[in-house]
Amino acid sequence: MPNVMIRVKDDGGLLFYIAKKDQEEEIASVERDSDAEWGGEIELTDGSRYYIDPISPKPAFPTTLRFKRA
Amino acid sequence: MSMTREATEALIQEVLEVYPESAKKDRAKHLAVNDQTVEQSKKCITSNRKSLPGVMTIRGCAYAGSKGVVWGPIKDMVHVSHGPVGCGQYSRAGRRNYYVGTTGINTFGTMNFTSDFQEKDIVFGGDKKLAKIVTEIEALFPLSKGITVQSECPIGLIGDDIEAVSKKSAKEIGKPVVPVRCEGFRGVSQSLGHHIANDAIRDWVLGNRDKDSSFAATPYDVTIIGDYNIGGDAWASRTLIEDMGLRVIAQWSGDGTLAEIENTPKAKLNLIHCYRSMNYISRHMEEKYGIPWLEYNFFGPTKIAESLRRIAGFFDETIQANAERVIEKYQAGYEAVIAKYRPRLQGKRVMLYVGGLRPRHVIGAYEDLGMEVVGTGYEFGHNDDYDRTIKEMGESTLIYDDVTGYEFEEFVKRVKPDLIGSGIKEKYIFQKMGIPFRQMHSWDYSGPYHGYDGFAIFARDMDMTLNNPCWRNVQAPWLKGREAAESAAAGN
Ligand code: SF4
Repeated sequence: MPNVMIRVKDDGGLLFYIAKKDQEEEIASVERDSDAEWGGEIELTDGSRYYIDPISPKPAFPTTLRFKRA
Repeated sequence: MSMTREATEALIQEVLEVYPESAKKDRAKHLAVNDQTVEQSKKCITSNRKSLPGVMTIRGCAYAGSKGVVWGPIKDMVHVSHGPVGCGQYSRAGRRNYYVGTTGINTFGTMNFTSDFQEKDIVFGGDKKLAKIVTEIEALFPLSKGITVQSECPIGLIGDDIEAVSKKSAKEIGKPVVPVRCEGFRGVSQSLGHHIANDAIRDWVLGNRDKDSSFAATPYDVTIIGDYNIGGDAWASRTLIEDMGLRVIAQWSGDGTLAEIENTPKAKLNLIHCYRSMNYISRHMEEKYGIPWLEYNFFGPTKIAESLRRIAGFFDETIQANAERVIEKYQAGYEAVIAKYRPRLQGKRVMLYVGGLRPRHVIGAYEDLGMEVVGTGYEFGHNDDYDRTIKEMGESTLIYDDVTGYEFEEFVKRVKPDLIGSGIKEKYIFQKMGIPFRQMHSWDYSGPYHGYDGFAIFARDMDMTLNNPCWRNVQAPWLKGREAAESAAAGN
């Protein structure tokens, strides 16, 4: 269950940063992404997948959230 | 003449040949031929892994990353190297972080403070000693603004509770006392020390003035983060930013003070030069205080102009116009530098092996002088560093991570660069091989290299080293003839 900081890239994409491991990866897709809620299954550009219970309303980034490995 | 992809790949294979099977497999992952089409460096190079036992690595330890790099330059605090005397004494003042102040009175940058552990401290614990040291420092150096406790290896091994002592002592002297858990054995290199030091700043210092509104902020407040003022680098950068009409309210950490660090959350934009050592705290400030951060590069006129424009892009039109004015103001100066040195340096090939930001940041400065960087690598870089490097480096150039002494020597023998830029441990090997060398960690006792003023010094230094007549005399006279004869006999 890593703590992950989500932040917005210059081009508007989202970055998935695991501070503990010093790993940064771009988010490829988010299962539920609307103003009302954000979360579910998340896939990174390197193919790895994580899960978070959808948060509503959509949080303001950057913020740190706890994810599960999916 | 640049190498083809196949030739570079063959070179890597050949160099790896001498290793035993498992070592070869491991090292192969750290060596790569640059391919600009790759988006994610981890597909071609592995980094931030434990060095192989038995090889000569050039890395430092976590204590070096915290005391030597991040905390050490904060000039008005006393940094106690907590543990045996050697770690601090042998690294004392080696980085040339310049600062203004009277050493021993209100600044302490070049001094070495240590708890000088003896056998009995290891056996019975050093907490009492630490408390006593804090009291003593306060009596001897009343103008110090705070104290940090930089743990050396034994502290973690014997399980001292430096946090408890720090809290108690901080109350006693009424100043911050910051425990830093940067024992040398943590992590694979100095890189984790940077991270630990950043976390300590976050937990013990950064929020100190959150409720204090006495600092008069302006909409043009920025900070310089990750500039250690080596040979005056931060000063040469600061003047450019101030010329633009911005106000620099903090320098992290070269020539920096505790108050500057505490006031950083009041800034509008964090400018970050060394991404590797201080991205952590920038990310934290973005999350907690909503301060955006921007990576910039002040090596060489091309990159400086690019960076100034990007920085100005965060502000209004006046600042943007000012940025253009600053670039124009220095134009005649740097053009003259290029006109003078480019003919002497044109086409020369450089190999780099440094840490932090330089393996990619200085490439532009060399290119401004008509030189080409044909190999580069980081001592302790991570994937994000290599991501940023791939685009800066030429196609099919050599990239090496945590290069071993042997590999570096072999690469140099084969690639035959005209100049090498690396550290003090590499310097004499290559000089004895007859190859011009610049120590690119602390600028070989020169500097600054940042900013337009620094570029002039950079160009002069490279010329001075490369075109020094001494290199012609390195080879013994009786060997000179022999080599020519041998190559004639071999038919080339
Ligand atoms: S590894 Fe440990 S003993 Fe060696 S310099 Fe670092 S802190 Fe000191």
